[in-house]
Amino acid sequence: MINEGSNTVFRKLSTINRRMFIFSLAKAAVFTGIVGRLFSLQISDNKKYLTLSDKNRLRESRLPPVRGKFLDYFGNTIAGNLEVYQLHVIPEQVEDFRYLMIRLRDILGFDNTKLAKLIKKKNNQKPWETLIVSENLSWEEFSKINYYLHDLAGAKPVITIGRSYPYSESYTHILGYVAQVSREDLNSSETIKQRNVPGLRVGKSGLEKNFEKELIGTNSIQRYEVNAYGKRINQIDHVEGEEGKTIKLTVDSEIQKLTQELLKDKAGSISVMDIYTGEIIAMNSSPSFDPNLFLYGVDLQKWNEIKKDPLKPLLNKTLSGLYAPGSTIKPIVALSALENDVLRTNMQVRCRGKVEMYGHTYHCWKEKGHGYMTLKNAIKQSCDIYFYEVARLLGVDRLNETATKFGLGKKVLGKYFPNEKKGVVPSTEWKKKNIGQNWYLGETFITGIGQGYIQTNPLQLCLMTAQLANGGYKIYPRITINKNQESAEEIRKIMLQSRNEIKDRKDTLFNMTGDFLKRKSNLHRSLVRNPENIKFVLDAMFRSTNEVYGTSYGSRIDDPKYQFAGKTGTSQVKRITEEERKLDLETSQIPYKDRDHAWYVAFGPYKEPRYALSVLVEHGGSGSKAAAPIAKKLFKLIIDRHELREKSTKQKGVKI
Amino acid sequence: MFQQFHYSNQLTFFQKLRSIDFILLLCILIIGFISIFAMYSTDGGDVLYHTKNHILRFFLFFSLMIVLSFVNIKFWHATGYIFYLIVLLLLIGASFYGVTAQGSQRWINLYFINLQPSELMKIAIIVCFAKYYHRIQINNVNKITLLAIPMVILIIPIFLVIAQPDLGTSILIALSGLMVLWLAGVNIKYFVYSSLVFIISAPFVISFLKPYQKLRILTFFNPDKDPLGAGYQIIQSKIAVGSGGLFGKGFLKGTQGYLEFLPEKHTDFIFTLFSEEFGFIGSLILLIIYAIMIFRIIRIGYQSRSFFGRLFCFGFASAIFIYVSVNMCMVLGLLPIVGSPLPIMSYGGSSMLATMIGFSIVMSSNIYQRQLIS
Repeated sequence: MINEGSNTVFRKLSTINRRMFIFSLAKAAVFTGIVGRLFSLQISDNKKYLTLSDKNRLRESRLPPVRGKFLDYFGNTIAGNLEVYQLHVIPEQVEDFRYLMIRLRDILGFDNTKLAKLIKKKNNQKPWETLIVSENLSWEEFSKINYYLHDLAGAKPVITIGRSYPYSESYTHILGYVAQVSREDLNSSETIKQRNVPGLRVGKSGLEKNFEKELIGTNSIQRYEVNAYGKRINQIDHVEGEEGKTIKLTVDSEIQKLTQELLKDKAGSISVMDIYTGEIIAMNSSPSFDPNLFLYGVDLQKWNEIKKDPLKPLLNKTLSGLYAPGSTIKPIVALSALENDVLRTNMQVRCRGKVEMYGHTYHCWKEKGHGYMTLKNAIKQSCDIYFYEVARLLGVDRLNETATKFGLGKKVLGKYFPNEKKGVVPSTEWKKKNIGQNWYLGETFITGIGQGYIQTNPLQLCLMTAQLANGGYKIYPRITINKNQESAEEIRKIMLQSRNEIKDRKDTLFNMTGDFLKRKSNLHRSLVRNPENIKFVLDAMFRSTNEVYGTSYGSRIDDPKYQFAGKTGTSQVKRITEEERKLDLETSQIPYKDRDHAWYVAFGPYKEPRYALSVLVEHGGSGSKAAAPIAKKLFKLIIDRHELREKSTKQKGVKI
Repeated sequence: MFQQFHYSNQLTFFQKLRSIDFILLLCILIIGFISIFAMYSTDGGDVLYHTKNHILRFFLFFSLMIVLSFVNIKFWHATGYIFYLIVLLLLIGASFYGVTAQGSQRWINLYFINLQPSELMKIAIIVCFAKYYHRIQINNVNKITLLAIPMVILIIPIFLVIAQPDLGTSILIALSGLMVLWLAGVNIKYFVYSSLVFIISAPFVISFLKPYQKLRILTFFNPDKDPLGAGYQIIQSKIAVGSGGLFGKGFLKGTQGYLEFLPEKHTDFIFTLFSEEFGFIGSLILLIIYAIMIFRIIRIGYQSRSFFGRLFCFGFASAIFIYVSVNMCMVLGLLPIVGSPLPIMSYGGSSMLATMIGFSIVMSSNIYQRQLIS
């Protein structure tokens, strides 16, 4: 360069170099700062950011839990799970949503309203959320979709699990049904709230609802990775949920099915019970409906049809239907009278068809009258006049005591069915408390023939009959199988033991302490003072069915293997006017609503009773014509299945 | 002190080859390869569009750099202003006929490549200033008339780039230019005054900014205020880096990148992706390589006989430093998010081209370090 300027050149050079040096120091400082920042992020706060990164990318999805099954006594599935064929679409993965929908409409043949609904639904959800196009495809439709799948980009045929009731309407009133979870379900149960996922179905009534906690099972959990847009990339983990508990019922499906057939086209109820173990063998209410309808949400028209049916299919008449028991109460009235020593069995009353007492005329069902009656005959032929007299002698309060002891006026299966109604067994006190009036003697008369205030549900009458049939011992009805339960044999022994203890008790009154009450025998304690009284009533019931002039003589079975004893009942639904009495119309001539309810309670086989039942046919007319024949058919099957039932208990080694 | 004897600039090819700075070359190659792997990872472990293009560009421009390295430094000195003018014209062209993408008109369609002149301007401004201060004597540097010219040279492209709008690049151009001015000996007081003026006028400048740019600046101060909106990038980037830990999640295993939580992962946030997969150790190594690279460039500048070569090398080294530190500080949440690529690592043809041209001038001043420029 130029010589003369060498000084300035040198200065320039040194300025540049100096400044570069200063700048290099700054650089070193900045780079150190960056390293420090990296250190703080990657080493010091590594855990925090790792958690954040996992939170970013991992999502959990809970699948609907697999619901526990219901089995009948023999292990047949009565509520199970089945594969359901569904069609899902994830809109995000569809190129042309409208085209796909139109193609699907043509293949599946749904109408334009549904098409519009689906499009509306799609617009209301996020594009990666599953849209359920069809919840329940038939196998044909499912295979058709699979066939055309190449043309249906984005459509996903899916197999999921749904609830199935193979016996359709036979078990509806016991099991109830399941349907999509509702807001009320979520609010009422913490368990449902915890396990809730879209598509969850929960019990809406019956045992399905009552055992919800046991049945529901736990969710399967799927962990998967999502990208920044929430789209699933891959599955990381799958935790299989636990299936809900399987619940075994005491019910025999064959008998249950028969009850369904016997009550076909009628409104009514049938209950069958083991008189020792209290096991419900069958329990039905008619009409019923198919619970499978509710799985995907029943369509409105069908729902209205069910709701508005005058025969009330939604009502479980066995438990929630209350009726005057009519003459079926007579054995209890007679027993109460005998227990309280108000009459002798040979007391005679002359029946003229009607009797006038305290200014009122009280009629017997038999217009011509029964003539001279004794207690046994009065039960056999169901003479009302006789029972007016018995009731007069007995008084309503003593009747109330006995009836309550035998299970009337109390819930029978309230533990399983919270909406069971307990009915009414009136007493003077009850009337004062609930109606606010004094008791009239006339009301005692009609209570004696099971009319008036008294109201029972069919299962209570079944329990009453069972407790009479087993010799007057307390039993505990149940519908699920409990492993620690004693067998019928054992229970019978306990009953006899408790009878002996009562004898002992008389000798040593001082032993009646709390200690006694705790004993097992107390569980199946005798409900009567004198077993002879029970024997008398049972004999009367036998005659009622198996002797000429007995009210259900027409429905008897002579074969001692099947021979049963029972009591008919015909309960009025309205007061019969004098004119109507004169007309004496046939049942078919009376309007349906005004017809009498037909009752029949029975136990069998008579030689060695084991089962009790009650039959109700709403507005069926007389008990002997409408209800007793049903019992006859039932007993045939019940006794035929008895051996099988016993064998099944022993084979499984389960202590029932 | 400068030798009087005639220096023969007739070097043999072998001599030229020998005087290439192989350490610098190695650094470029290593970062190049790292960038190819990073790009491969952004494509989800597959050689897709970005990876293919990046490999192609890297090797194309790397070869171009080698070739241009043998061009005499005198050529760059001679064409300094012309180079600047051409780039300026391209920049003006881009403003009027440019290709618009992501709301910003910054590219010129050259049929085989979409050129971003603002990237080239980063280098052109250094070349231009190096030439300008090459002949100006130290006594005259602070004369107002002589200061006015570089101010005009600097302000025109800055405004053009801001108008595109591209705040990041304009800041980088400004910083590279000011760096050279400072190195050349411009009095420190001018910088103090002008930064005071800038701070005072900042509110007015901000009022001219696009809403998204304003938001970015505000977001920088409080990213958690709007985690799904403007703060999203910073937060996700910090999560990615932080979750990398000491050794990283492993190559192709960075979840933040793979699952698309990282925005702009090919370009501005490539370091985040790299840091997530290779951790603190990997990041440190990369930073060290950049530091070596910068050191080598400064060393070449020291050995350069000409002010042009020296100023350019120092300027370019500072520019590389600024690019690297601005980019890293940005993705680590130390600076607001402004578009600024990481040299060589980031995807982008123009940036790669500009960087390689810069390296070729550095190489050339190393090969011709004894070359005197009158």
